[in-house]
Amino acid sequence: MFGVVLYPAGRALVISFFDVDSPFPGAYPFVGLRNYTEVLSDRRLWAAAEHTAYFTVVSTALELVLGLFLAQLLAAPLRARWLFRAIVILPWALPTIVNGAMWRWIMNAQYGVLNALLTQLHLQGGYRSWLGTDPFLALNMVIVADVWKNTSLVAFFLLAGLQTIPPGLYEAARVDGAGPVRSFLRITLPLLMPTIALVLVLRTIEAFKVFDIVYVMTGGGPASGTQTVTFFTYLEAFSAQRFSSGAALAYLTVLAILVLALIHLRLLRQNDMGTS
Amino acid sequence: MRPGTGYRVFVHVAALAVSVVILAPFGWLLYSSVAGQTDLISRPMTWIPEHVTVERYREIFAGGGTSQGAAFRSAMVNSFLVACGTVIVSLAVGVLGGYALARLRFPLRRVTLLAFLVTYMLPPITLIIPLYLLMSRFGLLDTKTGLIIVYCSLATPFALWNLSTFFASLPPELEEAARVDGCSRLGALVRVMLPLSRPGILATALYAFLLCWDEFLYALIFTSTTTAKTIPVAIAEFTGRNAVDFGLIAAGGVLASIPPVLLAVVFQRYLISGLSTGAVKG
Repeated sequence: MFGVVLYPAGRALVISFFDVDSPFPGAYPFVGLRNYTEVLSDRRLWAAAEHTAYFTVVSTALELVLGLFLAQLLAAPLRARWLFRAIVILPWALPTIVNGAMWRWIMNAQYGVLNALLTQLHLQGGYRSWLGTDPFLALNMVIVADVWKNTSLVAFFLLAGLQTIPPGLYEAARVDGAGPVRSFLRITLPLLMPTIALVLVLRTIEAFKVFDIVYVMTGGGPASGTQTVTFFTYLEAFSAQRFSSGAALAYLTVLAILVLALIHLRLLRQNDMGTS
Repeated sequence: MRPGTGYRVFVHVAALAVSVVILAPFGWLLYSSVAGQTDLISRPMTWIPEHVTVERYREIFAGGGTSQGAAFRSAMVNSFLVACGTVIVSLAVGVLGGYALARLRFPLRRVTLLAFLVTYMLPPITLIIPLYLLMSRFGLLDTKTGLIIVYCSLATPFALWNLSTFFASLPPELEEAARVDGCSRLGALVRVMLPLSRPGILATALYAFLLCWDEFLYALIFTSTTTAKTIPVAIAEFTGRNAVDFGLIAAGGVLASIPPVLLAVVFQRYLISGLSTGAVKG
């Protein structure tokens, strides 16, 4: 267990200070922090960081907002609620790679059903390339696929939180003349804060590490426009065989995730004090 | 308190709309797996296929030799074996370790728990380079065993964390009663705690299984032939290499989704309660 995690974690740190360029043991020169400075001055890293930040913020925000709505629906008095819950759990169960391949096919430039649908409904003049030409559009389409899949997990998390809120509170609010919007803002949101916090932290970290859906949907393209930090690290280490810059990049990712988690915790603690 | 009619109508319409948004892509995946190739690439889209074929499924189940279908089938088997191996190991460690963390007081208990949590947060990309170097030295690259070892490092911290919160939620008096009646600590764990924690164990096993079934980055780097390649790698490869044969990719996707989707739908209740006990309280 520790052999598989702690040793490699330490070892990666060591590698990041040397210049290792092949998988075989041998004597590699010690270069100190040069890998880090080189990587940090690489424009491609900053472009990838920008994509990652955009992806993380937009997908997490969308998933949270849609997830809140969906959680309310999951808790609502529906006929055949079990069926609705079974449907909502489907995207979460779908393997990420299948999800990516599926959306790639749906958004295909020549034969994709999205193009067919939009064209036949006259919402769009002709077929267009969703993933192939405009980098920014492609990034947004990857976000669509990610949000489609992960909103259901967020919704189920929030549902679990919703169910801990005593129903008596809502009744009291009704008696006091509060409408549904007011009771949502005054009861649901504040009481759901711990769950929202947890979901935010988990999703941000997951989104920040995003790799597989990018790999299968766009392969980082077009024009490296959907390359994320993890994807860039992968290319550096395994396509270019620059293991040391890869390790340095990986440690920068760890640092960023740590900072992210700390900022989150701080913000949420302040938030808690603000509302209570 | 009875909700108004307007609200009920709204809720049902909204639920219906959401269901359509969720099911439509799934429907298209299924459609693409059985519609004829000419239907798939027709422009404008005809929506109702002229030819319906199960040829792709037959290729996956019976295709021999070096065909795509055979490669896909072996990937499915590999995924299954690796996932099961990981579930067994991580549950064994999770049950014993989780119990120790929940009940026994020993030095560095909190530190151990935190260490596991931190390893859970480490991005795989950090560990993957040294692991790759290590595994190539021990000849574990491209083997199912190697993959199981690596996946255990993902699943075990999770299982420990989950099961220890679950065990901690059970009243210790039950166990004490069993021990007064002459059970050993292990006996009490097996006879009293395990039956009571079946939901927690089931949820943990399911998560571990789904985790392995879904994992891509490690599998991509550590496997290269059909002896160990897992489903996600096989599908990603199909997609990359065979950009025209959408039907086969779709059929593969459908088959790869069946195990996790079935598990999730059948054990929905456990998964959701697992979320609320393991995560929200922890």
